[in-house]
Amino acid sequence: MTKIAYVREKGIPPSPPPLTEVGIIRWVRQNLFSSWFNGILTLFSLYFIILILADFIPWAWGGHWQTKSLRECLDLDPNVACFSVLTARWKQLLFGLYPAEEYWRPTLTFILLLLSIVPILVPKYLKFFWFSAIYPGLAIWLLWGGSFWSVAIVYIGLIFGFATYVILSSKFLKTTSMALSASIVLTVLFYLFFSSLLVRFLSFLLPINLPFVDSLQLGGFTLSIVVGVSGIVASFPIGILLALGRQSNLPVIKMICVGFIEFIRGVPLITLLFVASVLLNYFLPPGTNFDIVLRVVIMVTLFSAAYMAEVIRGGLAGLPLGQHEASASLGLTYWQSQRLVIMPQALKISIPGIVNTFIGLFKDTTLVSIISLRDPVGLASTIRADSKWNGIYWELYIAIGLMFFVFCFGMSQYSQYLERKLKTDN
Amino acid sequence: MSEDKNIIKSDKTKVAITDEVAIHISDMNKWFGNFHVLRDINLEVKRGERIVVCGPSGSGKSTLIRCINRLEEHQKGSIIVDGTELTTDLKNIDKIRSEVGMVFQHFNLFPHLTTLENCTLAPIWVRETPEKEASEIAMEMLEKVKIPEQAHKYPGQLSGGQQQRVAIARSLCMKPRIMLFDEVTSALDPEMIKEVLDTMIQLAEEGMTMICVTHEMGFARQVANRVIFMDEGQIVEQNEPEEFFNNPKSDRTKLFLSQILGH
Repeated sequence: MTKIAYVREKGIPPSPPPLTEVGIIRWVRQNLFSSWFNGILTLFSLYFIILILADFIPWAWGGHWQTKSLRECLDLDPNVACFSVLTARWKQLLFGLYPAEEYWRPTLTFILLLLSIVPILVPKYLKFFWFSAIYPGLAIWLLWGGSFWSVAIVYIGLIFGFATYVILSSKFLKTTSMALSASIVLTVLFYLFFSSLLVRFLSFLLPINLPFVDSLQLGGFTLSIVVGVSGIVASFPIGILLALGRQSNLPVIKMICVGFIEFIRGVPLITLLFVASVLLNYFLPPGTNFDIVLRVVIMVTLFSAAYMAEVIRGGLAGLPLGQHEASASLGLTYWQSQRLVIMPQALKISIPGIVNTFIGLFKDTTLVSIISLRDPVGLASTIRADSKWNGIYWELYIAIGLMFFVFCFGMSQYSQYLERKLKTDN
Repeated sequence: MSEDKNIIKSDKTKVAITDEVAIHISDMNKWFGNFHVLRDINLEVKRGERIVVCGPSGSGKSTLIRCINRLEEHQKGSIIVDGTELTTDLKNIDKIRSEVGMVFQHFNLFPHLTTLENCTLAPIWVRETPEKEASEIAMEMLEKVKIPEQAHKYPGQLSGGQQQRVAIARSLCMKPRIMLFDEVTSALDPEMIKEVLDTMIQLAEEGMTMICVTHEMGFARQVANRVIFMDEGQIVEQNEPEEFFNNPKSDRTKLFLSQILGH
């Protein structure tokens, strides 16, 4: 018989792990050569990487940058890249057919865009959010030009509406809903009857004008960013509302949301873009001039909003019912608990999916080349139509690909940073 | 409430509700689909009363207290909480919910907010308390449940017992007049049950009106004024704790007690 009674009298102090189990040796052993099969795969992969780079690096490194045409490149050395096309046409790739003397406008718009997203991305600068709020109007004015006041009037109208709401709700009308509807009616009246007068008056008083630029002159990365960023900004809130609507207890709202989401998801984006470019004109009253870029932005927005809704619905489904119950039991109203408790968590869960949709949307903007807008991909064909650059493919597409990569990789990195930052559990 | 007496028109009868009555439930029925989960519940809870509800699982005890703050809707009868009748009127529901605190089996803390923010959220948004004042109240309540040092941690960094005490503090920050406890110790490790029960005992000593669904019979003996035994959606027996445990009247109660106290 063995004795089962045992008492430990001295504790064992913790000791460091053996040397082969730490640092780089351990990493290589665990990740690259953990078994024979794995080791062979590692060596094979290295071999292929070296093979590809051995071709690519001399091709790219020795590339020509200063020739006048593709012919000249081929005469010099047909085995290296001909980046001269970029030297000659980089402005077009960035700005499309935008008038050359106005290049500063899209450039300034882009710099301001970077500034305006800082308050949204970095919570520390949230107090500059007002700039992000006025940015869209500013960007529209800078890019398309015309009178400053015809864009500013939108903001003036909003301020007017807000002011009437504050005055009405504090002075005259008791219930907030009545004050709200009254101020909305007044704002609509303002836009309908008073705004054009006011614009004329202000333009007379203080004319601030930029030369008008037509939408068809927008192109290159300027166009990609305009469509992509507007689509991203607009589709996010619409996606949230659709996701909430899909879970609503009100059957009509639920039906509309489900119908919309399923319809949009069932139709290819190209079809929607064709509808935007061709069919929409048949439905609109004759003579209406509905800007083509705006039409494309609306279609892209609706398209990605439907996907966004499904991504966010996934996040909502991931939340335990107890979160809804806890916030309800504390007396929070539906919208309060959505805003303060449910959405922050659901959105956090959905970050990878949301950013995935954003990146997809941004790259899908290249589809507008199909409806003859001049985004970078569309411009590649335009450039090749020039006899000097006829037959050039790789160099152009590598450059376009790189620029898209920079933006999409940036978004992906930010989303990973955000996920790490919002991680609150151990 | 300013008036001494409130007359509230219920379905059939007029019920006189004095300020002494915290909760008045009469002939309340509830169905989940075709399943009759609560049957003819009549219950009056006086202010300051501490009630323990027990019974086998599926007996409707959780559903009963969830009806009191309308997490579940009853279909027949009336529930009057703190002088306000629960109807479909959203205003009444929000008012009652802000007066009635509830603590859940799985804590249900908000994981994206710190302990302190969990506690200040509802006071700031529902009661419109200034943030500074709300933080002071929250710290006071966290001290009461003895974890002020965890105020700036996230729920995921706390132990189960600590989380449950934060959940109690979160409810207390709304200065509720009634507290509902729904099996608050059943998801906890044995070592942590005591710290949560101690907090509840302390609350009871301060005179809080409490309804606790629990299987902690020691707690029931020590704290309850009244023990209610439920089975199949009905109140089968209620009595003072000593009498209830030592001298149960109904056979079902005897069976239940022998099963949970049997070993």
